[in-house]
Amino acid sequence: MDIVYNKKDLIGLRELSKEEILYFLDSAQQFKDLNNSEIKKDKLLHGKTVINAFFENSTRTRVSFETAAKRLAADAINFSSSSSSVSKGETLVDTIKNMQSMKTDIFVLRHSASGAASFVANNIDASVVNAGDGANEHPTQALLDLFTIKEHKGTLEGLNVSIIGDILHSRVARSNIWAMNKLGMNVRIFGPATMIPKYSEVFNCKVCKTMEEAVEGSDVIIMMRIQLERQNESLVPSIREYSKFFGLNKERIKLSNKDAIIMHPGPINRGVEINSDVADSQRSVILDQVENGVAIRMAVLNILNQNRKG
Amino acid sequence: MRLLIKNGTIVNNDNTQKANVLIENDKIIDIINHEDVTVDETINAEGMLIVPGLIDMHVHFRDPGYEYKDDLESGSKAAVAGGVTTCLPMANTNPLNDNRSITEAMIAKSKNIGLIDLLPIGAISKGFKGESIVEMGDMIEAGAVAFSDDGLPVTDSSVMRSALEYASSFNSFVISHSEDCCLAHRGVMNEGEISTILGLKGMPSEKEEIMVARDMLLAKLTGGHIHIAHVSSEWSLKLIALAKKEGINVTCEVAPHHFSFTDKKLLTYDTNYKMSPPLRSQRDMEAMREGLKNGLVDVIATDHAPHHSDEKFVEFEKAPFGILGLQTLVPLTLKLVEDNVISLNKMVELTSYKPAKLLKLENKGKIDKGMLADIAILDPNLEYVYDDNLNKSKSKNSPLLYEKLKGAAVYTIKNGNVVYKFPECITK
Repeated sequence: MDIVYNKKDLIGLRELSKEEILYFLDSAQQFKDLNNSEIKKDKLLHGKTVINAFFENSTRTRVSFETAAKRLAADAINFSSSSSSVSKGETLVDTIKNMQSMKTDIFVLRHSASGAASFVANNIDASVVNAGDGANEHPTQALLDLFTIKEHKGTLEGLNVSIIGDILHSRVARSNIWAMNKLGMNVRIFGPATMIPKYSEVFNCKVCKTMEEAVEGSDVIIMMRIQLERQNESLVPSIREYSKFFGLNKERIKLSNKDAIIMHPGPINRGVEINSDVADSQRSVILDQVENGVAIRMAVLNILNQNRKG
Repeated sequence: MRLLIKNGTIVNNDNTQKANVLIENDKIIDIINHEDVTVDETINAEGMLIVPGLIDMHVHFRDPGYEYKDDLESGSKAAVAGGVTTCLPMANTNPLNDNRSITEAMIAKSKNIGLIDLLPIGAISKGFKGESIVEMGDMIEAGAVAFSDDGLPVTDSSVMRSALEYASSFNSFVISHSEDCCLAHRGVMNEGEISTILGLKGMPSEKEEIMVARDMLLAKLTGGHIHIAHVSSEWSLKLIALAKKEGINVTCEVAPHHFSFTDKKLLTYDTNYKMSPPLRSQRDMEAMREGLKNGLVDVIATDHAPHHSDEKFVEFEKAPFGILGLQTLVPLTLKLVEDNVISLNKMVELTSYKPAKLLKLENKGKIDKGMLADIAILDPNLEYVYDDNLNKSKSKNSPLLYEKLKGAAVYTIKNGNVVYKFPECITK
């Protein structure tokens, strides 16, 4: 396979070409196969150090990256801000540079500030994988979403995708929207108006007015997690009401195409944005997403590691 | 001491003429068409513009309290390097300038430095708490010229009403940093297409406009003079136009960054473009330019707001608001002239004549016989890199630092003394 991605870092999908996105997806297949084999191990990153620098809580993404790094034989080290020197007043770049001095090759960075990943990447020599920065991007999540869609639908181009929930604060929505537009998918977004950006025309996708409109004829429904703490910002009056008007249930998915798949980046709030009768149904591919996440992250780590050699 | 500035073009708000300026001690004693005079020193201003020393109604000198960002000395040096001879420093020092002793201390220190005239702006409310107004009379006696809780708007309308009324008893005025604090609380940039792309919390222009509307209504109620600081949005100007039409005593200023840049500059999360009010849309920027052109905007003021590199070298949302302005005022404003937005005369009106009028500085704002010899000699064609050598501020938070600029003050004269010379410039 010709190498089509040669950057040091993976910060976001907005800046990637269609070919680069497809390259990541194609590269992940071999790792998915490996993960399903007897010996789930390769030596591609043997002798390399990967630090998961998580300045924001995460379970799934951190474990996924850690698993990916370890299956590639890298030394994977976890760091989270609660136990770090960040609370002692050290700056982000200083913290990372200190860890870089320990001869770290790749940082997997999660941070609550939009732009944090590029800020760090521009100031260090090690590679940076953005594992979510504020409401900006979460590129590996979108890549694993696309991989999962392609796996189930056989294709990406021309599919109708509905992204539903808190779009305003969602990095997952942004990464998916940027990528899906490049890949020729038809994206619709829906949520309470308080969670849809006023300037959503920059997303170049249809903004739906009702749940029915959002779901009708859809091939892929991606439900966004609602952050329960956002109630304080008066974005939604109550969880009960959110579920009633904006949650996905069995009735509502009847309007979608009959082989539509249901996705969610997790962690799900059962009975809030998604009911159990949907989350646990045949159409749900939520756990496939999680499985594919490891393969995607192995591909990303491997590609960045190769780029470092060049 | 007699000084002759010869061969230059004198630009006033209402006329332009090629003539020589004769200065004796701290005054302009004559405008002459010959060189037949005895002088101690001559400046050849061939190809240069001779303009009244610029008056910047909105700076932050961080002194006392945050001298690592800038102090009165570095601030004054930056001012004169930008052709500015009079500055109005805002009150958000530490301690705050909310009482006469701080005002006096600032002025005394500035006089000792001797580069510019410092006309402090006092706080509106004690401790910037927005609860009770400061001793305005006492502070005016000490040298304060206006009142503002810049950076923190006075949210209580009855306090703002009192401030407007009370200031008017001393023939002074109130400067409003117009911002509805609750709307888009903790926003870090303009709310628009760019904030949506970047996933940064936006501040809609309505955050500013709501307070502009309130403050003008309070000016209507009180008859007091309200000056709206750093107007950045199209609708703020629409509201100001309405108020002016209705005869409300309102004036306003626009900062160079708001007529030069849009929020597109933030696409790389450059914290040097982070300020409050934020860079807004193309439409807003064009409205600022139109307002400068049609006379709706009274004054150009920099909102020079130094911050240490360490403070700006952080995640975007953590960085403080503010941009250096004193040394980019001339090149950015001359760009407006080059773009045919305003004339040179209008530039002088906005940067010196009108501020002098608002501040009732009768011996400033014009190059004329009998006026104070506060003069900037500008080379509109000088191209140079604004580098660390030229930058006189202690801080570096200008996105234009290390960039190529066109147009600069090559001589700045304060009270008849040359207080700044552009490094490459040779006196004859």
